[in-house]
Formats: sequence, structure tokens, C-alpha cells
Amino acid sequence: MRRNLTAAAAAAALCMSAGSTLAQYSDGVIKLGVMNDQSGTYSDLSGQGSVWAAKKAIEDFCKANKCHDKIEVVFADHQNKPDVGSNIVRQWFDVDKVDAVVDVPTSSVALAVNTISKEKNKVFLVSGAAASNLTGKDCTPNTIHWTYDTWALANGTGQAIVKTGGDSWFFLTADYAFGHALERDTEAVVVKNGGKVLGKVRHPFPAQDFSSFLLQAQASKAKIIGLANAGADTTNAIKQAAEFGIVSGGQNLAGLLVFITDVHALGLKTAQGLIFTEAWYWDANDANRAFAKEFGAANRGNMPTMVQAGVYSAVLHYLKAVHELKSDGDGAAVVAKMKAMPTDDKLFGKGSIRQDGRKIHDMYLFEVKKPEESKGPWDYYKTRATIPAEQAFRPLNEGECPLVK
Amino acid sequence: MRPGPVLHRPGPGYLESPRAMFELIGVPPQALFGQLLLGLINGAFYALLSLGLAVIFGLMNVINFTHGAQYMMGAFSAWMLLSYLGIPYWGALILAPIMVGLFGVLIERLFISRLYHLDHLYGLLLTFGLALIVEGLFRREYGISGLPYANPIPGGTNLGFMFLPWYRGWVVVFSLTVCLATWFVIEKTQLGAYLRAATERPDLVQAFGINVPRMITLTYGFGVGLAALAGVLAAPIYSVNPVMGSNLIIVVFAVVVIGGMGSIMGSIITGFGLGVIEGLTKVFYPEASNTVIFIIMAVVLMLRPQGLFGTPK
Amino acid sequence: MRVFAGLVLLGALAPLIVYPVFLMKVLCFALFASAFNLLIGYVGLLSFGHAMFFGFAAYVAGHLAKVGTVSLPYGLPFLGWKWLVIAIPALTPELAILGGTLVAALLGLIVGAVAIRRQGIYFAMVTLALAQMVFFLCVQAKFTGGEDGIQAIPRRPLLGVVDVGNDLKFYYVVLAIFCAGFLIIYRTIHSPFGQVLKAIRENEARAISLGYAVSRFKLIAFVISAALAGLAGATKAMVFQLASLTDVTWQMSGEVVLMTLVGGMGTVFGPAVGAAIIIYMQNYLAGFGEWVLVIQGAIFVVAVLVFRRGIVGELVALLRQRAANAEATQETIGLAKPAR
Repeated sequence: MRRNLTAAAAAAALCMSAGSTLAQYSDGVIKLGVMNDQSGTYSDLSGQGSVWAAKKAIEDFCKANKCHDKIEVVFADHQNKPDVGSNIVRQWFDVDKVDAVVDVPTSSVALAVNTISKEKNKVFLVSGAAASNLTGKDCTPNTIHWTYDTWALANGTGQAIVKTGGDSWFFLTADYAFGHALERDTEAVVVKNGGKVLGKVRHPFPAQDFSSFLLQAQASKAKIIGLANAGADTTNAIKQAAEFGIVSGGQNLAGLLVFITDVHALGLKTAQGLIFTEAWYWDANDANRAFAKEFGAANRGNMPTMVQAGVYSAVLHYLKAVHELKSDGDGAAVVAKMKAMPTDDKLFGKGSIRQDGRKIHDMYLFEVKKPEESKGPWDYYKTRATIPAEQAFRPLNEGECPLVK
Repeated sequence: MRPGPVLHRPGPGYLESPRAMFELIGVPPQALFGQLLLGLINGAFYALLSLGLAVIFGLMNVINFTHGAQYMMGAFSAWMLLSYLGIPYWGALILAPIMVGLFGVLIERLFISRLYHLDHLYGLLLTFGLALIVEGLFRREYGISGLPYANPIPGGTNLGFMFLPWYRGWVVVFSLTVCLATWFVIEKTQLGAYLRAATERPDLVQAFGINVPRMITLTYGFGVGLAALAGVLAAPIYSVNPVMGSNLIIVVFAVVVIGGMGSIMGSIITGFGLGVIEGLTKVFYPEASNTVIFIIMAVVLMLRPQGLFGTPK
Repeated sequence: MRVFAGLVLLGALAPLIVYPVFLMKVLCFALFASAFNLLIGYVGLLSFGHAMFFGFAAYVAGHLAKVGTVSLPYGLPFLGWKWLVIAIPALTPELAILGGTLVAALLGLIVGAVAIRRQGIYFAMVTLALAQMVFFLCVQAKFTGGEDGIQAIPRRPLLGVVDVGNDLKFYYVVLAIFCAGFLIIYRTIHSPFGQVLKAIRENEARAISLGYAVSRFKLIAFVISAALAGLAGATKAMVFQLASLTDVTWQMSGEVVLMTLVGGMGTVFGPAVGAAIIIYMQNYLAGFGEWVLVIQGAIFVVAVLVFRRGIVGELVALLRQRAANAEATQETIGLAKPAR
């Protein structure tokens, strides 16, 4: 039925524009809007790097396939404010004829965009945000959550650590929705695997001094101190943990959300030994290295984060689906097509997208190298374990997504 | 509304020891000592920063909202001196405040000096704008994630009730020394007397042949230098990033108001004192540790508007 | 008044050219800034915590429109905290907005009663302190949804009958709300009550000696300002269908000062103009990333150094001076007053 409709629409459009081959596309242009933090806490891990990744995906797609000749990328800074993001996205959809919104770190903004995309029947490809609700109770037929989520991070890190003997935990949690979600998901994993949680402390966001909280963690005698926070809070906590001899005292830190840009900010001397889960690492294979090299040349020498790599992968798959459909007007139809097609790209390899909008791929447990193990700049991780795709994400039936029947 | 403060559960070691009998509302006394000491250390930063603000306000009547940005610049200067010129921490401790202080002098000459005849409000708004500019430029250049800066005195000592890193000990001693020296200069020396006189009656002091505008400019430079000094002290333990100051600035404002605006000793004592109170809040009700200072500020302003150590005007 | 009628007409036609959601945002902030201006411009009180009314009203309105039922905690000796549950169905937009406004007025009464005992910078600091406590309450309370805020707030038919799901239709509702709020401010300023406020701003001691109950005047002005700031916030929650933590932060309190300063403190239309300029910048400079911060800072600096009276204030001064000059040349008296 839907295919018939699309075909009919395409035919009608063809008639109206008297044979123009561009007419199947709304406005004749495939327009992607990259919205993320361009100036605040998350600008290094998403920001202009994500815009570059989206453009690169278009370039690569058009090299390999015969592509529609009008594909555009616009970008904007949501400043981590949901109302600013909401305003931009509405305007993109209503006035600027943007067909898909990409990236969007910060859960509160992503949840707002999620609602609007459904209302306006557009496409929303999430790479930067972590909220697992996007494929849980807030899932929509218009959203795909690409790179990672709180459940995957908690699961990967929690399980691996408990299995290697880290069975008692103390949480340092940022006192806001995202921190609570990370803590809740990790605690569930820890308990399920036979570990126990000795205590937790909720710190205000943002916090600068963690020494007091670290001392409480130390007194708990927990083997593992789980950092359920992000950005500067995480780096500050790790920096001060080193100072207070937490690690040399026998306790270990587990970062629940750590990006390579955070490790870079800390330096190996401070960050060494840190264990966490990520979806992608630039130095894992030749394809990644080639991508990273180009990325670095265009982005102040930085290496891409998993979020930026995820943007590349998501945009590429979106273009494939749109070209297969020969239409980008109906967001739900495009997303349905994306779910029907297996994913395959040079950065994430083969994968698939579930009914609830969750993109499935392997996740990796990384450990930060010691300074003497590192061979050069940005050589930071060694792989401790690969978490196979089917185990890496929350089981389909546990998310309470209304799309799953 | 909420089920009481989330306290840490003492580990098994504590339960076995007889001392557990003396636990104070779930917190063993040794741990409490540790928290008090940590509060004192954090108070050292508040004291140093609020001292700079108090000097600037007390002697110039300017509410310096750029203070947070100048603190950040201090930390960045330390990082730049190390990475670009190879000058280590100890050099930065002297050089960075001078560099940032000179920047302050420039700002005072170019902008702030034009506003002395106006309401405080304009000085506040102007310096707020300057802070935004400085922060934006640093974000543009260095990104947001922060930069690494190695601890110059690694290691520490076990005090029995806690592990005290040498560096934190150094911070407390050094900052206390600087604070007391500043107080001494302003309150007990002839130079300080000129300064204080110049704020009361600039015309009269000028008539004695003292260059008042230059003195005020240098005062601003000195206050800014104090902020930068705090920044250098912070670099090895806090994340060096462009927003490190903007998160701190309103807390430091609160400290100055509580101590009594313009009161030098007041800002020092309040700085340390509030560090301790905040430290205790982190144990008993950690979520509120950013808010407790504002609660105190509201109460103090209601009961004693001139601040704890201020003199009513 | 003729200017105002012209502006209403302009507002009614604006969505033909400009995107209505953007216009609604401008109107909300214009009302917020005008409400703030009532205090700083006409009573001379700088509130550095006005975001608490704006943001908290948004949460209340959002909650009433999405959930309805209100639970209030109260303490009993020996029994601890209890919840008073008032069952209300999810409300239509106008009632939700009204609810938000009333709560903001109540909050304004409490905060005002405390804050007006202090003056100048101390008044600013008291409001800042109380705003930080409201912020903390918003982070901790269950109904606000923490950092995620209240999302997907439904926009039910107005009064239960008029469908306003469409942004263009809702725009006219927002325009009406703005006009109503603006008229209240206008009437307040130009009433005898407003004259007393101005007298207090100019010389408080004199006003007291003339027998005015200065505190009561200040408090009433504060409550009106808080209620209208709440009206703006509650309306914004219905426009974007979300209420979030950003609207309660102290940075938001700073932003409204910026809007008012740029537009012109103590001018009737200034704050609205300032709000339009700042929101326009935030929206259309969004692609410049870090530069937005630098540009905003530069505007602050330039506004303070060069045009302290704000855009509208300077314009008015310019017109007055020109009129004065024309008069002066007619009378051929060369003793024009200095501009300031």
C-alpha cells in the first residue's frame, strides 16, 4: 500500500514537472540538517566534525553510486537548549525544506527533535545523544538511534568489569536525567551479573571539585568507582582520582561515557588504565585510519569520535535508502526502507536496524594505554573485548517501544 | 519529598572497628575530618578569587564579572607557558599573573575607566560582556574539552584519616600566605593607606601629588592577577577549559557578598569558611552542595545586609 | 497609543513574511523583557533572578497541560512528609497558561516580600540567591523531569473548542496574550501608580516623606512583573510544547538584562525591540558557533560604552534633541543643553 502511494506520488510529481528527473524529491533537493553543539560542552565530540562527516558521506556516496545531483547539508548550533533546538528544527522542516536531521547530542534536545520529526513526518538520525528512551518508550517510526545509548554503555562496561572481578561498585552520578539513567542501567547490569552496589553519591551538575565525593567512594571500599557523568565532570573526576591515589590504592575507575576527546584532554598519564565502552575507534583498521587522516586534516588535527563516525555511517545509509525509494518526502517510508535494508559501510561494517529504530553493530570495550605503550599522538586505546552486535544493545522486548508488537 | 540524604555506606572495615560506635549520623569521625580538610582546600580557591573581587570592589567600586574569565586565562597561561615556551609550573606561578594582570590593566584603561562616574550596574554589565568575549575566543581557539596539565608535586601522605596529596597541601598554605600578605599591604602599610584614601576622596589624594588614576589601574591589575594566580593553582587539579571560570563566578560573588563587599579580611575568612560548609554539604546532602552558598547568602543579606564582616554605610 | 495600534497591525501581518514559530518566540521574550523592564526601568530595581518566574511558570503550565493532577508536599510533626494530591484533568492551553501565571505571581509575592527590603546590588543578589534555590527545586522535583524537562506537551483546543494545533493559528493566540500583557504594563506605567513608582526610582526618601507606602508600591510592582514574566514563560511552554531547565538558569536572567539594555531601559517599546534583536541573533547566527558568544559580548560592551540608553532610548533622545534644536534655531538662542 505504502509503496503504491509513493509510486503514485512519484508519478504525479513527474507529470507535474513535465519530465524533470528531480521531481520525486521534496523541493528537488535532498537536504540534511546537522544540528549539534557547536560552541559548548559537546562541541569537540560532535560540532563541526559531524558536519564534515555528513559532507564526506555524501561525497563518498556520489563517488560510488550515481547520485541525485542536489544533496545539501545545512548545520546549526542548538547550544544544548531544547527550545533553541526545537525552534531551529521546526524552521528547517517548515521553511527550509530539510528532509532529515542528524546528530543532536544532549538528550533533552534530542527528545524534543524526536517529537517534532514524528509530527512533521521527517527523518531523525541520532548519533550524539545517549538517551535509550529514544528507542524505548519514546520511540517513533521516524527516528533511528545510530551510534550508542546509555544501555549499551552500561551493559558493555558493567558486564565486562563484573566478570573480571570488579564486583563491588560505588557510583559518582551527575544529578540530572542522563546521569540517573546511566547509573540505573549500570546498576541493573552489575546486580544481574552477581555484583553489588555499595553506595552512590549524586553530585550537582556541573561540578568542579570531586575530591569530597572521591573520598566517600574511597571509604566505601568498593573495587570499582563508576563515573555516571560526562564531559568536564568526567575528566575532572578522573584527574582528581589520580591525584588522590585512588587507583594506586587498589580501586579502579570505570567511565560510563568517555569519548576520545576526553582522553585527549586528560593525557595518557592521567587517563591510563581507564576502562569504558565505545562504538568506534579510529585506529582499529585501515579504513578507519584513512577516514581519520582526512578528518584530522580538516579538523585541527583531531581524530574523529564515535559520534562523528556515526554521523558518516547514518548519512550514507540514509542516502542509500532515499535513492532506492527515489523519494525523500515521506519520512516514515524512508525510515522503514532504512530498516528493511541491511547496513554496510566502511566504518561500521555490516549491521542492521531494528524495528524500534535501534541500529545494531558491535561495541568495543577499550582500555586506555599507558604512556609508554602509546606510539604517537592519539594512539590511546587497546581493545579489551568486542561485544557482539546481538548482545551489545537492549533486547527488543525490554524497551517498551510501542512499535514493537 | 525525597527520602533523606544519600549517605555513603561505610565499608566492611568500618563496621568491624569499635570506632563505628561513634559514627556521626552515619559518617565516621575520621571521614568527617577528611571532608573538613578538603573543604578548607576548596575554600582556598574561593578565598583567593573573592579576595581579588573584594579588592577591586572595595577600592574601585567595580563589580568585576570578568573575574571568572581571568581565572580561566590564568590556567590557560600556565598551560601555554609550558607547551609553547617550556616554562614549568613554578615559573608560571609568577609569570601568568603578571601576563593576565597586564591584560587587566589594558581592559581598565580601554573600557572600565570610562564608567567610574556611572552606576555600579554598568560596570557589571560591561565586564559581563568582556567575559563573554574572552570565553568565546578561547573556545574558538582551544575547543571545550580541556587541556592536560601535569601535577608538579605528585604523591602525598597518609594522614591516617585521609590521603592528602602534597599539591593540595601546597595550595592551602600558599593561598593563605598570599591572602594574608594582601590584607597586610592594604590595611597596614602606607601604600594601602594611600589606596584606601584614594577611594574615599580621589580629589584630595590627587592634590597631594599622587597619580590616582594610575594607582587605580594598578589595583585592578593586581586584583586580576590574583584571579590568574588562582587559575594557575587550579590548572594541575581541575580541567583546564574555557568555561572553568564561568561556572565558578557566581559562587565567588556570593562569597564576596556574604563576607561583606569590599571587606578584605571578610572575603578571606568567608572564602575558607564557605569551603568548609560546602564540603560538609557534600557529605550530608551532596545534590545541594552548589546551592547551599546561595541559601546562606539569602539569609545573611536578610539579617545583616552589609555582610558578615562589612561595615554598614 | 497610535504607535501601539500600528504595531499590532504589523504583528498581525508579520507571519505572512516571517516564520510564525520564530515570531512566537520573539513575542514571548518581548513580554518577558517588558515585564523585567517594569522593575528596572520604572522602579529602579535590578532583579538578577527573573528567570525563576519565567522558567517555573513554564514548568507549571507544561505540567498542567500534560498531566494535570497536582501533588503538593507538606510536613507534619512526627509523621514526616505527606502528599496533598489534587486531582485535575489535563488542562486546555489557556487554563494551563493561567495556572502558570498565578503560580508565578504567588512566587513573586514571596520573593518580592523578601527582596524589596534591600536595595541596589543587594537586591540583585537576593533575587539571584532565591532564583538559584528555585533552580535547585526544579532539578530535584519529580514533575519537572530533571534535565530532560517536560517534553511533548499537548496543545489541546483552546477553551475546548478552537483548534490551535497549527502554528499559524496559535500565533494569533500568542499575539493576543502579548498585547494583553503589554497593555497591562503600559497602563501600569501611565497610571498614578506608575507615577509614584517613578518618584520612588528618582528619590525614594522623598517619596517616603510625601507619605507613600514605598514598600507596598514596590511589592505590587514586583508581583505584576513576576506574574507577567510567568505569563511569558507559560506561553513559551505551550509554543514549543516543552519546558526545560535552560529557562530557569541564571544565564537566562542575564539574557533578559541584555535584551532590556540593548533595547533601552525605561522605554516602553525598548525591551521588546531588544528581545527581537537578541532572539534574531541567536537564531540566525546559530551557524557561527563560538562567534555568537563573542558577538553577544561585544554588543554588551558597545551598548554600555556607546549607547547606554539602548536603541529605542537613543532614538527617542535623538528625536527630542532635534525637536529642541529646531526650536532653538527658531528662537535663535544658541544655548542648547548638552545631550546628557
